[in-house]
Amino acid sequence: MILARVVGTVVATRKDERLLGAKLLVVRAQDPHGKDEASYLVAVDTVDAGFRDRVLIVTGSSARMASGLKDCPVDAAIVGVVDAVEVKE
Amino acid sequence: MFLARVVGTVVASRKDDGLVGTKLLVIQPLRPDRTASGPPLVAVDSVGAGVSEEVFYVRGREASFPFLPAEVPTDAAIIGIVDHWNVG
Repeated sequence: MILARVVGTVVATRKDERLLGAKLLVVRAQDPHGKDEASYLVAVDTVDAGFRDRVLIVTGSSARMASGLKDCPVDAAIVGVVDAVEVKE
Repeated sequence: MFLARVVGTVVASRKDDGLVGTKLLVIQPLRPDRTASGPPLVAVDSVGAGVSEEVFYVRGREASFPFLPAEVPTDAAIIGIVDHWNVG
């Protein structure tokens, strides 16, 4: 899983019917110290994350294991809102 | 499977039901010379690993298998603590 920050929303009227009702957010990857990285992606939100929240993203086929996404055409899901990251290096 | 060092912990109170009760760790993938290989990531721990330990982990769909029959939505799981390893 990767750490990321919510930076925007996506609205799409015409989409796969299994995505109806899904909340799509644009997130930007972060390193564990909170520094932004270059990559952006669109992820389905399953935990009611908000703008600028730091979140945990699961990618690939595992994203379909997030609640409510079974058999959905999804490869990235927000599965947690991060309270704290502690890094010792 | 890949080698990594545990470098930190993640706390998230609001999370997917499948992740409740799991331990989330920040891991840094390693090259054979123990230098960093690519960016760090967050993995679910299935073996009781701790910060600064060397571990091996699995990526992808298989990362949720250690927790079966529970359905844990993760794409990375620590599945072993390395006692020692050497290359070449």
